[in-house]
Amino acid sequence: MSPGTLALSIIFGIVAIGSCIGFLAANKRQLNLEEWAVAGRGLGLVLVWILLAGETFTTFSVLGISGWVYSKGGPVLYVLVYLTLGQILVFFFGPSLWELGRRFGLQTLGDFFAQRYGGRLLAATVALAGVVFLIVYLQLQLTGLGIIVQVASFERIGRTPAVLVSAAIIACFVLASGVRGVVWVSVFKDFLLVAVAVVVGIGLPYVHFGGIGPMFTALIKARPGYLTMPGGTTNLTHSWFVSTVLVNSLVFAWPHFFGSIFTAKNGDTVRRNSLIMPFYVFPLALIIFAGCAAILVTPGLANGDLALLTAVRMTFPPWLLGVIGGASALTAMVPVAIHILTASTLLAKNIYRPYLAPNMSDERIAGAARIAVVAITAVALVLSLNSSATLVGLLILAYSGVAQFAPGIVLGLYSRRVTGMGILSGLLAGLAVAGYLTFTHRDPFMGLNAGFIGLAANILVLAAVSSLSSRKVNGFGEAPGTARSPT
Amino acid sequence: MIKKPSIGSVVLALIPFCGMCFSVPLWDRVAPRVLGLPFNMFWLLAWLALTPALMGIAYRIERRR
Repeated sequence: MSPGTLALSIIFGIVAIGSCIGFLAANKRQLNLEEWAVAGRGLGLVLVWILLAGETFTTFSVLGISGWVYSKGGPVLYVLVYLTLGQILVFFFGPSLWELGRRFGLQTLGDFFAQRYGGRLLAATVALAGVVFLIVYLQLQLTGLGIIVQVASFERIGRTPAVLVSAAIIACFVLASGVRGVVWVSVFKDFLLVAVAVVVGIGLPYVHFGGIGPMFTALIKARPGYLTMPGGTTNLTHSWFVSTVLVNSLVFAWPHFFGSIFTAKNGDTVRRNSLIMPFYVFPLALIIFAGCAAILVTPGLANGDLALLTAVRMTFPPWLLGVIGGASALTAMVPVAIHILTASTLLAKNIYRPYLAPNMSDERIAGAARIAVVAITAVALVLSLNSSATLVGLLILAYSGVAQFAPGIVLGLYSRRVTGMGILSGLLAGLAVAGYLTFTHRDPFMGLNAGFIGLAANILVLAAVSSLSSRKVNGFGEAPGTARSPT
Repeated sequence: MIKKPSIGSVVLALIPFCGMCFSVPLWDRVAPRVLGLPFNMFWLLAWLALTPALMGIAYRIERRR
């Protein structure tokens, strides 16, 4: 059996096992919208942990992080920091969000905005922007998946068929089992991913340099200054680091993360989960070590995203490449599934129903969401097959955009003075600023992350508009003296 | 219904933000090497372990209220 065939069959085997788990997960459960989107609000600590970790540790965790170390060096450390600090914010906001979710039957980020601020325009705007960012992120995962299968199969299988086949599998198990299916695939995938991180993070430095310490000694000697900021770049400085960490730490504003909070069985589960999440960041440090090894082992690659797999391919036997390829492919499939699920629920519940079918029951909305699954998968597929941009650039744009939802969430919890009009104006201002800076290649701008500058504009505008608008609605109704939503 | 967090747990939560984020010019260096790692990587890995410990204390404070 040729190395390519062996690696390929192992990849197929792993993906097949993962997919079966996904299909079987929902067996014998009645799959209404509540079960499909938020697993009936019944997941315990371990499963919530695995779901949130499964959607946080994506293809970017494997290819993007090692690619960043390879091509940029020290700035990659922002990843370890924002993932850890983001959980501190979940510690504070998560339990309150869960409690509101239970009380008002919230399933999506759009539901939160609709309930808190009233009206449908703000919720639909949030949902629409959320769907766009999720599709960007989806496309990124699918592109990564194609790269993995292409390299791990020794170029025997092209990116296009790999992406087509896996997207079809993912859409099917999302349709069949909803969020519970994703959780159980995630259990299998996380086990493999941690094993892979240990093997490449310790194995690559050991095989080529005799250990992690000697590897860093060799790297520091060969590329002085590369492992600190700005590393291999000119503009990823300390001010960039601080602003990027703060913007990205608003992970709870991602629609899929926000929705996953509701899958927990109580608020305390959400909080305890935030305590143990940082332990999941350790494997990413191992991926950084592997990327550091790749700098010296396979120098001169034009596309840094290929660095890790190339180094693994020239170091380890083909079967191990197959295991790594399979684990990485599942690592792409889990977040893709959760993004598809979140985006289609947002589309059906917060855009389609309020504007086009106001009398539609939740049961029929569940049907509409399933049609949206197919549509969204198709759009992401087309984008990923035609895109040539690298993985991380897109991710940064999506993160800057998603951060603009955060003021509406946090102030919605704690402030009595903000208004829906203020939040909407701030959101649009923040998106415009962040989008303009990103698309005109001015990110980072004056040393600061574009999303950070967008957030400053967002908060200024929302404060100004909120103080001018008199209609203060609070659909959570806990503040005495404030009016309840007229709906 | 939405309880504001206590001062104690907010202060505990600010410590990792200071240690990992705002203090970056102080720790972003290669020397001294610790356990074979460049100093910045060692520093962040140490905070990965320290953060759950601090937030564990914050958890106890919040639960007692």
